[in-house]
Amino acid sequence: MLSRTADHLYWMARYMERAENTARMLDINYQTSLLPRSHDRAQAGWAGVLGISELTGQFQQQHNDADAPNVMAFMVREQENASSIHSCLRAARENARAVRGTLTTELWETTNQTWIEFNRLLGQGELERDPAGLFEWVKFRSHLSRGVTLGTMLNDEALHFIRAGTFLERADNTARLLDVKFHALAGDYFGSWGDEAAPEVDFYHWSAILRSVSGFEIYRKVYRNVIRPDKVAELLILRPDMPRSLAACLIEVVANLNAVANEQSGETQRSAGRLQADLQYGRIDEILSTGLHAYLTHFLDRINEIGAGVSRDFLVPV
Amino acid sequence: MKPGFDEMRLPDGGVRAHYGQYSQWLATQSNEVMAARRDEAEMIFRRVGITFAVYGGKDEGSAGTERLIPFDLIPRVIPAGEWRDMEMGLVQRVTALNRFLHDVYHDQEILKAGIIPKEQVINNAQFRPEMIGVDLPHQVYSVISGIDIVRAAHADGSATYYVLEDNLRVPSGVSYMLENRKMTMRLCPELFASNRIAPVAHYPDLLLETLREMAPAGVNEPTVVVLTPGMHNSAYYEHAFLAQQMGIFLVEGQDLVVKDKFVYMRTTQGLRRVDVINRRLDDDFLDPSAFRPESTLGCAGLLEAYKAGNVTLCNAIGTGVADDKSIYPYVPKMVEFYLGEKPILQNVPTYMCRKPDDLKYVLANLPELVVKEVHGAGGYGMLVGPAATKAEIEDFRKALIARPDNYIGQPTLSLSSCPTFVNNGIAPRHIDLRPFVLSAKEIQMVPGGLTRVALKEGSLVVNSSQGGGTKDTWVLED
Repeated sequence: MLSRTADHLYWMARYMERAENTARMLDINYQTSLLPRSHDRAQAGWAGVLGISELTGQFQQQHNDADAPNVMAFMVREQENASSIHSCLRAARENARAVRGTLTTELWETTNQTWIEFNRLLGQGELERDPAGLFEWVKFRSHLSRGVTLGTMLNDEALHFIRAGTFLERADNTARLLDVKFHALAGDYFGSWGDEAAPEVDFYHWSAILRSVSGFEIYRKVYRNVIRPDKVAELLILRPDMPRSLAACLIEVVANLNAVANEQSGETQRSAGRLQADLQYGRIDEILSTGLHAYLTHFLDRINEIGAGVSRDFLVPV
Repeated sequence: MKPGFDEMRLPDGGVRAHYGQYSQWLATQSNEVMAARRDEAEMIFRRVGITFAVYGGKDEGSAGTERLIPFDLIPRVIPAGEWRDMEMGLVQRVTALNRFLHDVYHDQEILKAGIIPKEQVINNAQFRPEMIGVDLPHQVYSVISGIDIVRAAHADGSATYYVLEDNLRVPSGVSYMLENRKMTMRLCPELFASNRIAPVAHYPDLLLETLREMAPAGVNEPTVVVLTPGMHNSAYYEHAFLAQQMGIFLVEGQDLVVKDKFVYMRTTQGLRRVDVINRRLDDDFLDPSAFRPESTLGCAGLLEAYKAGNVTLCNAIGTGVADDKSIYPYVPKMVEFYLGEKPILQNVPTYMCRKPDDLKYVLANLPELVVKEVHGAGGYGMLVGPAATKAEIEDFRKALIARPDNYIGQPTLSLSSCPTFVNNGIAPRHIDLRPFVLSAKEIQMVPGGLTRVALKEGSLVVNSSQGGGTKDTWVLED
């Protein structure tokens, strides 16, 4: 396969996944903001949304108030914001268009239709009228594009680059979400608060994190217990059977990278395999004892390194 | 009133036999149903992304610079007998054009015989001296030829097919031929049960077979690619579509590299040799080391690899010398010279303004004539006398006198019309036809081609860049 084609496929998948995760994060913040809570907590939630995507600086150049309408508009429709859902869906579609001959007709049309429809929905004021409905729609379009990918694409290199992109992006996004949400409860929750903070733990806060990764029902099924932060962290970091956990993402990343291995990709595969092994054999109490924030920061560095390796070994023409 | 010829209607209001079934069906369709179908077609074309970039078009938000080419629901129907004649004529004409190209880049017999003035060929900007003596597989230069044909009415109500133009460089539009057929089958499936319509969907198969036959000698399993200028090109959809339908790679110049006069593409598994390139960019952009140095669309060293016979370009470099409007008037003579046959397809009578007598005639009759720039394309740089203002005619007159050799003149043809669904119902609009002729070991084509329609009332310009649309084209089987 052409390196350029692989590059477009990989980024098409990453942008679609990013759009979904942004929608998930906004949705959960919007839902929790409907709960009775102080102005400061709500504000912190919206600021956290910007923090996850490292956009606080850019946002502040344009807006004074990190309130719900401003942040949602910035993260959904702002064309100047390369991480807005609008920008992500456009980038996914442009990448798809560049290689539409490699995609099945169904996958191309799904991606193209998502972009056309999203603009129509924005144009008719769906974000203002029913933000939750719009976020749900984005999520489902992403589900659809993944389903169409698996249901129609030949199981070859093209599919592996798409899948590698999806799961690298998801690993990145889940880690960021965890980091910000645990952070939001003051400092490094596990690092500096210790057990004494337990009473402050807010059912709604933790359940919101779970819901944002479709993990609330899974948590109950797996632990059959009240929501506890260490278990939330364990579920989202280490459980290989939880589809949005870091462990599950890395299993997919490793499998798909191994399937496309070439002469120069050895080091990238080693890095990915090692990160996956660390998750496979890791324990949550160890992770928490070294500090969750430090752990996740390190994890994001390693994910970035794997991403750079993929670009270097496969996507940048020799 | 000017004579007219309608493809469906007889002058007395009756219906031509080959439209019989269709017109009965059409009579039962309300405008509302037709409009709903048209809207559905547009929606589908958008979703499929069958779009066209207009040069200099403004960004219009979500759709970018992408526009749809309007699709008209009412097909253009060609009876079997007419198509058989046209097909024979096309085979003959394209054969002669390829013989001419081989000749001018080798022994130049036709120039020595004085059939075509030597300077007309040698001094033509489209003549590529680099190609002299280069031998091509099957001696075929124009592998994919788009021949533009119009039917023009005579005063007595009859009409004749004429070749208006040969497109031997990078003819496009075949994807619309295929998509239009798919659209008609989808919107009006019942028509395909009641009419015997020759299928066209196997075109990509024929194209792939043709391209494979063009592989350099000794290559049994050639790697064939489509070379596109990229997704911002107006015909990008077609490039991607054909590559996908043929199951071959769609490459850009940046994906290619030449080493030791062989062409390779950069893949995730290293370099892979390329044997046949269906190139969709003009000669000038193919190789910055040989042609335009600033072009980033091509690949340095391509010309050397090509001349060494290690890769085949389809179409060949230098085909433009045969489809230039200054050479067009000589095509019937080529048929006679190379094949010893009478031309089956006719040329439009053409005045070559470089000849003093012709120039005099053209200048004296500008309001009645169509005057074209010799190197113009896409409907640009032409004067349609009857439709032009006095000022436009006078401007053109000055340009003509300044550079007569740059222009040809032709009578304004009364192009045939076809019923077309426009805003206020069904009305006749002028049409043309572009069949696509594939040449390698032998010549093949699918029945019909792309019918373009001038949607503006009275307009004779069918180019999509100037408000033209397209129609499905049916060749009926006996």
